[in-house]
Amino acid sequence: MTDSVSGSATDSADVPAPPKPKREVHAPLRPPWSEQGLLEVFRHRYILSLLVRREISARYQGSVLGLLWSYVNPLSQFFIYYFVMGILFGRAQRTDDFAVHVFAGLIVVHFFTETMNAGTRSIVRNKSLVQKMAVPREMFPVASMLVSLFHVGPQVVILLVATLISGWRPDPMGLVLGVIGLLISMTLGTALALMFSAANVFMRDISNAVNVLSNFVRFGVPMMYPYTLVAQKFHGHTQIYLLNPICEAVLAFQRCFWVGATSHPAHTATHDMPPHLFWLSIRALLICLVILAVAQSTFSRLERRIPERLL
Amino acid sequence: MSRKSRNQSIVVRHVNKTFTLRYHRTLKQMSVAVLRQQELADSFLAVNDVSFTVDQGESIGLMGLNGSGKSTLLKMINGIMRPDSGKVLTRGRIAGLIATGAGFHPQLTGRDNVYLNAAILGMSEAETARKFDDIVEFADIGRFLDSPVGHYSSGMFARLGFAVAIHVDADIFLADEVLAVGDRPFKRKCMDKMQEIRDSGTTLFYVSHAAGSVRKMCDRVLVLEKGSLAFDGPVDEGIKFLHYDDDEENPLDTEEELDEEMGADI
Repeated sequence: MTDSVSGSATDSADVPAPPKPKREVHAPLRPPWSEQGLLEVFRHRYILSLLVRREISARYQGSVLGLLWSYVNPLSQFFIYYFVMGILFGRAQRTDDFAVHVFAGLIVVHFFTETMNAGTRSIVRNKSLVQKMAVPREMFPVASMLVSLFHVGPQVVILLVATLISGWRPDPMGLVLGVIGLLISMTLGTALALMFSAANVFMRDISNAVNVLSNFVRFGVPMMYPYTLVAQKFHGHTQIYLLNPICEAVLAFQRCFWVGATSHPAHTATHDMPPHLFWLSIRALLICLVILAVAQSTFSRLERRIPERLL
Repeated sequence: MSRKSRNQSIVVRHVNKTFTLRYHRTLKQMSVAVLRQQELADSFLAVNDVSFTVDQGESIGLMGLNGSGKSTLLKMINGIMRPDSGKVLTRGRIAGLIATGAGFHPQLTGRDNVYLNAAILGMSEAETARKFDDIVEFADIGRFLDSPVGHYSSGMFARLGFAVAIHVDADIFLADEVLAVGDRPFKRKCMDKMQEIRDSGTTLFYVSHAAGSVRKMCDRVLVLEKGSLAFDGPVDEGIKFLHYDDDEENPLDTEEELDEEMGADI
């Protein structure tokens, strides 16, 4: 047995091998890495979907409540805000359907902060893949965004039930704004996740800073207090407050679900929402797209040194 | 385009790669270093002006001492790292035994991980489904397929990673530290499979310290020395150049010796 094997080994060393079959490769000669950023991610939709599924199923493996945990966090936040602001500070009496107001805002804010936080850590967390595989690295922050988006769906269902109980009458403008609101937080969340995920490789301080930033986001939008209050206190300076695109996202989402649930929607829409909310939202969306472009170019610049800086 | 350049599979032109050795990371450490007038960072040229061209179907052995830049060069060909300057061009799909099992999620089952890993290596869902049985048979993990890979023994984990990588239908196949794991029958199976891949006309790029397996697998050798390309030519001369042939009078005489050779990959 050993003889025959060693015999064949010496044979192959001595006798020149027969000519190999020609393999014609028609692909062009090009750099082995991808250079098209986010576009490349959409070309790899299949891997993206697997990464998202892996993330979702791995997150709840071995826990008894499973997917329910993704509701516990926003719901507990909701009850805290509702209790403190609504009951303790008495907002619930002065703002119509305050619970819907808070929860609509919370969905947007929670989606945004989740995207930003998980996205920031995404590359460091997936370092075994990043260091060893030539997948477009934009994939990881985008996957984080999609995982967060996946959790938005059921929350919207809960919100729908709550608004319908309060007598929601949907209107076309509201629905359009609801979609725009979600798009704003999607775009900005992805942009920041992209930028911070690469930066976090170089300075792990970034993920801590992002935590601080999420606190500001929670209090910097009209979620636990109505926009009316801001308009009263900062009369004439609301432009500055509205520069934050997440404000528009929250307001647009509330315009969709909360305004229609109040007892006088037309009155609420004109008195409790900033004027020209539609154009403000479009402006915010455009700003977010510009930020996304900046984030992509930052990411591409930092990305070149990511594999050697991931320890 | 000329006939010659159409046949090129890997083109590496004047490639440089510098790594920064960072001494100080926190603000405190950096200020202390500034006060003591120490250097804040030091750089290190890992790959220094390397150029070569590989034609489709060639099998190249990349050799060199530890730290000579082999893995860095391989990572640039694979597209994981980018050179600081110079050009790397490749043609067609690249696969290989570089980070086998990368991206395996310990909490997911072997089955799920095979699909994910295959996708990352560029296989479509249909292609994975078609090759799934072959992959599982090659990995030989039996009924563990549907339990989380975190429970696998290290050998099983590695075998599953190998099995996926080796079933990718690639135009360029890169292999680094191929046989560092796995028992002897598995090593043999891998070598056979790699020969099969080579004989199908795939470009093979094989990093190894083992003169025996390089001799068996390759028809050209590149030797790196401190990041520079020191030798590019026939296998036997390359091995002589490295003085790896000193201690072997009768290379590949017995299977045991070949195994020891392969063991040197570790």
